[in-house]
Amino acid sequence: MSTTETTDSRARGKAPAGERVADWADGRLGIYSLAKANMRKIFPDHWSFMLGEVCLYSFIIIILTGVYLTLFFHPSMNEVEYHGSYVPLQGQLMSEAFSSTLHISFDVRGGLLIRQIHHWAALIFLAGMFVHMMRVFFTGAFRKPREVNWLFGFLLFVLGMFTGFTGYSLPDDLLSGTGVRFTEGAILSMPIVGTYISFFLFGGEFPGTDFVARFYSIHILLLPGIMLGLVVGHLILVFYHKHTQFAGPGKTNKNVVGMPLLPVYMAKAGGFFFLVFGVIAAIAAIAQINPIWAIGPYRPDQVSTGAQPDWYMGFAEGLVRYMPGWEVNFWGHTLVLGVFIPLVLFGVVLMAIAVYPFIESWVTGDKREHHILDRPRNAPTRTAFGVAWVTVYMIGLVGGGNDLWATHFHLSINAVTWFVRISFFAGPVIAFIVTKRICLGLQRRDKDKVLHGRESGIIKRLPHGEFIEVHEPLSQDALYTLTAHEQYQPAEIGPTVDENGVERKVKGSEKLRAKLSKSYFDEDGQIPKPTVEEYKEITSGHGHH
Amino acid sequence: MSSQDIPEENLPAEQDATQVAVADEKHPFADPGLPPHEHRIQDIDERAARRSERTVALLFTVSMLATVGFIASYVAIPHDKSIFVFPIGHLNALNFALGLTLGGALFCIGAGAVHWARTLMSDVEVADERHPIAAEPEVKAKVMADFKQGAKESALGRRKLIRNTMFGALALFPLSGVVLLRDLGPLPGTKLRHTLWSKGKLLVNMNTNEPLRPSDVAVGSLTFAKPEGLEEHDHEFQNEIAKAALMIVRLQPDDIKDKQELEWSHEGIVAYSKICTHVGCPISLYEQQTHHVLCPCHQSTFDLSDGARVIFGPAGHALPQLRIGVNDEGYLEALGDFEEPVGPAFWERG
Amino acid sequence: MKKLSARRRHPLAAVVVLLLALACTGGLYAVFAPADKAQAEETAQSLAIEEGKKLYAVGCASCHGTGGQGTSDGPSLVGVGAAAVDFQVSTGRMPAATSQGAQVPAKKNIYSQAEIDQLAAYIASLGAGPSVPTEEQYGPEGADIAKGGELFRNNCAQCHNFTGKGGALTKGKYAPSLEGVDPKHIYEAMQTGPQNMPSFPDTTLSEQNKKDIIAYLHAVNSDETVNPGGLELGGLGPVSEGLFAWIFGLGALIAVAVWVAARTAKAKKS
Repeated sequence: MSTTETTDSRARGKAPAGERVADWADGRLGIYSLAKANMRKIFPDHWSFMLGEVCLYSFIIIILTGVYLTLFFHPSMNEVEYHGSYVPLQGQLMSEAFSSTLHISFDVRGGLLIRQIHHWAALIFLAGMFVHMMRVFFTGAFRKPREVNWLFGFLLFVLGMFTGFTGYSLPDDLLSGTGVRFTEGAILSMPIVGTYISFFLFGGEFPGTDFVARFYSIHILLLPGIMLGLVVGHLILVFYHKHTQFAGPGKTNKNVVGMPLLPVYMAKAGGFFFLVFGVIAAIAAIAQINPIWAIGPYRPDQVSTGAQPDWYMGFAEGLVRYMPGWEVNFWGHTLVLGVFIPLVLFGVVLMAIAVYPFIESWVTGDKREHHILDRPRNAPTRTAFGVAWVTVYMIGLVGGGNDLWATHFHLSINAVTWFVRISFFAGPVIAFIVTKRICLGLQRRDKDKVLHGRESGIIKRLPHGEFIEVHEPLSQDALYTLTAHEQYQPAEIGPTVDENGVERKVKGSEKLRAKLSKSYFDEDGQIPKPTVEEYKEITSGHGHH
Repeated sequence: MSSQDIPEENLPAEQDATQVAVADEKHPFADPGLPPHEHRIQDIDERAARRSERTVALLFTVSMLATVGFIASYVAIPHDKSIFVFPIGHLNALNFALGLTLGGALFCIGAGAVHWARTLMSDVEVADERHPIAAEPEVKAKVMADFKQGAKESALGRRKLIRNTMFGALALFPLSGVVLLRDLGPLPGTKLRHTLWSKGKLLVNMNTNEPLRPSDVAVGSLTFAKPEGLEEHDHEFQNEIAKAALMIVRLQPDDIKDKQELEWSHEGIVAYSKICTHVGCPISLYEQQTHHVLCPCHQSTFDLSDGARVIFGPAGHALPQLRIGVNDEGYLEALGDFEEPVGPAFWERG
Repeated sequence: MKKLSARRRHPLAAVVVLLLALACTGGLYAVFAPADKAQAEETAQSLAIEEGKKLYAVGCASCHGTGGQGTSDGPSLVGVGAAAVDFQVSTGRMPAATSQGAQVPAKKNIYSQAEIDQLAAYIASLGAGPSVPTEEQYGPEGADIAKGGELFRNNCAQCHNFTGKGGALTKGKYAPSLEGVDPKHIYEAMQTGPQNMPSFPDTTLSEQNKKDIIAYLHAVNSDETVNPGGLELGGLGPVSEGLFAWIFGLGALIAVAVWVAARTAKAKKS
């Protein structure tokens, strides 16, 4: 019966319902052309390519839970007396922001869970962005054509920091209030405009009664709005550029090898969203975060030891903690260097990593597209710079928690601070040198492997009594993979005399570039990869050692 | 400086130039090409595939059960019930149950989908061609021509007056937006220089809300005070206490090294601003034997026996001292406002 | 009843009543009279002081001087009161090791409570000071937890953290964690200000204030404290939360990512 019916409808040229809907949409949105390019889009498989997805999904989770929280949160600094369920704060005076956060935590069923998911997801979002950014950096994925997307990502990281900061300041608790007070102090340190910006931001003197409402609109509207736009742009560019891949058999700069979006990546990426959400929900069930009830409402004359910001601001906190107290007074004015220098350094350190791709492309002069990722060892100077940068960042984090280092390792807080002060200068230098050495060592090992094969662990005794370890030749796949990376030659300063014999003035920037290029690519900067001739000589001559 | 200055031979050869399909004597490092596809157990053994199918279905079923559990917990568990869970400790039962069931429901959906993709969907690797991002020269030429045509038709280059006034208008109008921000707050004026303290204001104990007598303050003790008349429920309390908060300690007068500090004290009782001169944290980690006071935020350390000068950390100047005395009734009183601004330094501080 | 009313008029009745009254008065006097007991207490007290003096000579005099006047190795104990002795000795801080770091740590107490009381009695006899608080003073009855919280944040949290987890001071000194500390000792510490802790005498932090603070601490930092959200992570705030997010949050997600991206096992070649 039914069979005949479908045959009938087919005969009458009627497509199935799904197709009819798609036809309708295509007529208006052109979805078929869109799907043609993207439905079977190829994505390469590597765990580190999913770090960005961790960020994307935690961002979505933050938006979902954030919207829920806005239903209950009152962004008001009106003073109220608390009469909710939490006994140790009964009758205390606090702002409506604080009391509504207590209400969410204790009187809205599931409110605490959503709050904790929101906050844990925020910490993981920032941590994910940091690691994602480092993955992109150390594999050279920022090279042409992806520099713009690198900047998008960098902006997302910085905006994420400030969105986080405005977010954790909203409950108006004693800890976050201390952080806001710090912000006010930092703004006041700005020469000429500091006091004005502070009075405009807080609607008068600190703390005033405005900042929660103002931070609220920044936190839920302004910054996430910009971030959402950047995220969409970031993703469009990822699609448009197609994903990078590691070198390997069959993988070239002109193709991308992996699985199609439909169905494999639809299932894997879609599934990964639920996995990320599930893990964060479970963490929120098990581990408490920002217990504002234990911290208490904000009072500008109260404080607790261990006053730290959330981790992503910890590096800025560190800069402030280990700065000496320099203050210059002149002509009736004060230059608060002790606060202003860290404020500037904060921007400088972040900018250093942001502009690196442009510096590197200037040094190499390479304007070609790069879709094959570098192994970090094969770009020793870049890798060393990256590790030095991470070292500065981590030293900032250590400095930001200097009091906890002191108490937990039975050290003097002054000693920890001095250690961090010295490390701020020495740490990145040592990290740079050590990292470069390690990279070169690994390059040498790779070269040995290519030329002599890998150690088999089998010991053989030669007729004349000598013991040797048998080396097995590498497979073709391995030989290709280990020699696939590109190596630059150091750039020379061009001829200083042109064809007419007229001396040309060599610009300072040209000299600098030649110098940098030399340090990147001369024999101290990289180990020349094995050549076909070297290989043939060794393999044909006297067998494997 | 552009890359034109770098001779081409310095740039490494494109990988594809050396690419040869099969390895031979000439190219020992040649790209062998994509390895042949190998089958998974599930591809060749239908029983294994069935097992995978059942695992995926089981995960999806567990997810459904977890969602039912979530709803049941929401309805059944009182919101204020706490339970002991080893090894976490005492926690809120509802939060724990909702979080685990929600987490379980989501995780199982994800795990099911991924397991499905990994074991049952095709795992044949596919290569997709890349195309250069930059446009072909003909396309570029067409765009440039179109642009020139448009520019010419607009007459913008020819009619400079239009161009200049338009740029002027566009540059000026955002100023309205800047001007609109003016009412975000009042101008600073001298607000940062004054606190509630003035001559004759009694020092009121924060804890008991009673005015302090010299005899209340023992050597080695720590007391916090606010100016008389400032109450916690006052509208301006937060703003005022942010500047007026006071830390009171008593030293042996012989221990006071700074002459002005001794003059401004009363029988060894000294009153200092509680607000750190670095960025304004309430500083009050007082060590009664060393007379050092430490800021918990950034570890600035001040010596209260020596004019509260900075002995460590990022603060730039000493804590302001409040001059105190005793009134006719024997209560501690201020002999004026702080003589310098309290709290963090700022440009106009001087 | 009839019998009694008949005998009331007996000639000897007045004498009997008088005798009974005398006996009662004497008995009551014997029961309530202060003299003997005071005397007995006094003897007990002086006995305690004597015993305490002996203990002092053995355990304390080398640093604090034979008469408690103090030496270069230890401060004078005149006027520190019994509360200070009870705190220092019960928490094991005193007697301290001869070579000290930045701060004398709490350790296992080596004296019995009776011996501590004797020592305290001796020190108290050297000069008036705060006496050991009674349970009524530090017990939970009549305490206002919320007020205690406000007082704690005002007076204590700057060194001991929001919920009394402790914190760092200058040059290796520290404010210890208040977890599991006997309420009596907390009370004594506030009264006497041990080592670098300032004191909070009753004149500035009233007895009721101290009671409130102790009750608050019990509510937020004891075995029964409920952490509604789960693991407390040391109660240290954002630093431990950040570490947890990196190690267990991002760590777990990366582990999951490795599984998602890994190749599925291939069938064995046969």
